[in-house]
Amino acid sequence: MNDDSPLTALATYFGLLSLVAIGGAVTAIPDMHRYAVETMHWMNDRQFTDSFAIAQLSPGPNVMIVALIGYHVAGLTGAAVATVAMCGPTCIVAYFAAHTWNRFKAARWRVALQAALVPVSLGLIGASAYILARAADKTIAAGVITVATVVVAVFTRISPLWLFAVAGLLGMTGWL
Amino acid sequence: MTDLAEPERAVARPSLGELFISFVHVAISGFGGALPWARRMIVERKRWMTAEEFNEDFALSQFLPGPNVVNFSVVFGARIAGAAGAAVAFLGLMGPPMVIVTIIAVLYARYGDLEILSRILSGIAASAAGLIIAMTLKMAKPLFTKVGWPAAIAIVAFITVALLRWPLLPVIAVLAPLAFALAWVFPTGSVKR
Repeated sequence: MNDDSPLTALATYFGLLSLVAIGGAVTAIPDMHRYAVETMHWMNDRQFTDSFAIAQLSPGPNVMIVALIGYHVAGLTGAAVATVAMCGPTCIVAYFAAHTWNRFKAARWRVALQAALVPVSLGLIGASAYILARAADKTIAAGVITVATVVVAVFTRISPLWLFAVAGLLGMTGWL
Repeated sequence: MTDLAEPERAVARPSLGELFISFVHVAISGFGGALPWARRMIVERKRWMTAEEFNEDFALSQFLPGPNVVNFSVVFGARIAGAAGAAVAFLGLMGPPMVIVTIIAVLYARYGDLEILSRILSGIAASAAGLIIAMTLKMAKPLFTKVGWPAAIAIVAFITVALLRWPLLPVIAVLAPLAFALAWVFPTGSVKR
């Protein structure tokens, strides 16, 4: 495998990303968009938001968007490489942390660390929201769907799948 | 906290087979994030963990970088049966969704340009973006009720990553230590209990 191979790029990029994705896969969305759409031109805006929509629609962890990007770039191997790179390093960290974490429950550094990372991941999730909305809301009607989803999700406990069904139906019947 | 359905102490330890099947179950029911389903299975149904134990492992999984529920599967599996447990839980969680998503990816590559599919997905994408906005708002509420460093850190993270489009790596390399120093010096600026 030479250094220009897309597989090398996928492995290196997602391997590093997994170690800074504080707060979960969704906090890494803006950076994935920056890298896959703007830097590498692997996919366009629409393919990126489609991938996110598919990952949200599919069962399982929403880190699956990584497999979709990998597949888009380099087929089945790409999907496998991207997923392993995104999960591998943090799994190893998690495995070793599992044994030591609870020993330091009351330690001041642990309390400070937890308090420090909450606002960082909040800012990143906000950034994801911004990037996704800007890419998805190309029309006023799409913007209305986004706002309506926000209102329903904040004020009710209706399952997101119903919102997706309605939004998909509106899209299908040509409202967007 | 004192839900009757939840055990006072963990009642049983699962075998590797049970562990695998359970995480497969979590994976395929977990639409829109698998963690709530993991809690339901482990604490409420199987009673492998108390609510408090779950919260501790959950906090660890959130604080570690990378996908939360993936971290959780490794932490929980390791607690039950060491390296084998971690591997089994991870494979159960990731295997089936990987197969499903791959099938969808193949279909998308072939039919993604179909007018009707692209219209359906653009509707769902708009809605999915709304869900993440809603999640941001819910998380921001406790943090923004008072002026302090946590709100400032969140705003800086947002501006650098969303508006300035800086890469995540340098942003985290600077912001995480800075936030840690602030949390160390001003613990009351934190809303975390």
